[in-house]
Amino acid sequence: MAIRRLFVANRGEIAVRVVRAAQALGITAVQAHSDADKEMLAVRLADEAICIGPAQAAKSYLNVDALITAAKEANCDAVHPGYGFLSENADFAEAVEQAGMIFVGPSSETIRRMGDKAAARAAAQEAGVPVVPGSKGVIESAEAALAAAKEIGYPVMIKAAAGGGGRGIRIADNAEELGKLAPQARAEAQAAFGDGSFYLERALKTPRHIEVQILGDGTRAVHCFERECSLQRRRQKVWEEAPAACLTSEVRAELCRSAVALAESVAYRGAGTLEYLYDETTGEFFFIEMNTRIQVEHPVTEMVTGIDLVAEMIKVAGGEPLSMHQEDIQLDGHAIEVRVNAEDPANNFMPFPGVIGKLEIPDIPGLRFDTMLYEGYAIPPFYDSLLGKLIVHGADRKAALAALSKALQLISIGDVKTTLPLHKALAADPAVQAGQFHTQFLEPWLETRTLTADQEV
Amino acid sequence: MADIRSPIPGTFYRRPSPEEAPYKNEGDDVAVGDVIGLVEVMKSFIEVKAEVAGKIKKFVVENEEPVAAGAVLAELED
Repeated sequence: MAIRRLFVANRGEIAVRVVRAAQALGITAVQAHSDADKEMLAVRLADEAICIGPAQAAKSYLNVDALITAAKEANCDAVHPGYGFLSENADFAEAVEQAGMIFVGPSSETIRRMGDKAAARAAAQEAGVPVVPGSKGVIESAEAALAAAKEIGYPVMIKAAAGGGGRGIRIADNAEELGKLAPQARAEAQAAFGDGSFYLERALKTPRHIEVQILGDGTRAVHCFERECSLQRRRQKVWEEAPAACLTSEVRAELCRSAVALAESVAYRGAGTLEYLYDETTGEFFFIEMNTRIQVEHPVTEMVTGIDLVAEMIKVAGGEPLSMHQEDIQLDGHAIEVRVNAEDPANNFMPFPGVIGKLEIPDIPGLRFDTMLYEGYAIPPFYDSLLGKLIVHGADRKAALAALSKALQLISIGDVKTTLPLHKALAADPAVQAGQFHTQFLEPWLETRTLTADQEV
Repeated sequence: MADIRSPIPGTFYRRPSPEEAPYKNEGDDVAVGDVIGLVEVMKSFIEVKAEVAGKIKKFVVENEEPVAAGAVLAELED
């Protein structure tokens, strides 16, 4: 069944992206919006728009019943969830399926399975994908801990089975430390949670975050190489690149091969991402979780492969087989994406909703700006702060960095504070230029600096 | 007679979390620096503090209502 009318159940820049992709495929785009989003760019661009409720996301973009009712009322035959909101909600996907519409993404069953961390880890292991080494189940004694740790490899993380939210975690660098810490952790867990059992996992202190983009049609899957997203603040990515400069071609091939094996083993349909931690010192990678949706940082992959991931996910959702084979997908150059948020980096990243003044987007070869902005647009305070994504492409990483610096010098978003000064400072940083960073890099880096509005590039 | 205004646009909350009691009720005394509520702006929660002392006469904005920057949240009496 080909898709004729697509309901876009999201907002912001990804809604703009989906509306444009649908229209390019000859599909009518019906844009959902809350009371606070009547003036958003996706509403202006879409063929039709429909209000789904009040400003609060819980009563609009997160309201399954309101969305399904609106999509049916608009006679849509498919729903694109974007990212965030209900994009990885198996109940929503199931409600869409039960209403007789196509969910642009994997089946609700796949979303449910991969959304459960333990089930996803088991699926990965079955497909031969390495996961972070850990003990098999809980450990009852200090002796058993020593034996398990020997197998897992130091440093190890001691995690209370009953703990959560980062509580009840200790790291031991060697057997001596484990001998001391395991009884302590046990006693503490007993006191705090009434259960002293714990388990062990390899501790990765400064891993890099690498993820592989895959596409599947429910039978066959391909990879579109990997991205590196190690620069993060409060676990939010701020800067992403493709490919990952830290990987050798051998490691890259093995990583991507394993991602395809996992995607095919779960009969994956749509665009998806497998997230890994990469230990640069040992060259090992470990699967951590799968995102069963399009991601914010998908453009860097599109820039280095020439594939339109959103168009492809819509086509396979409509029942078409994948339009390419693995050998058709080649890496071309290097791409970098920076997230432009309505936040003041000089004031602890305080959100800064406001009205957009003069907008100047540079016209540079290889530059792409995915955004929801237009001059005079009032940014609502009710949703996340992402305004757009500045993406550059160059023949290699050095050329991409040069293009990024130039773009950052020339871009101007009037009358609001944005995270552009952060990106200027990062682009000018020697460690970033040398590609020497990891997931624990950015926050300490920020603590030693004061960013100003007129940050030098 | 003074007002407590929202420093930013967003959604006003009178409680630290749905399970907890309101920071302040009508008729309560407030000292300078007392938190009277939160404004959620772009997924961040900003505390709203009293800049003058007084007694809360009434809340002008309901719990979970959208507010504009500078909007009066509560009226105080001396």
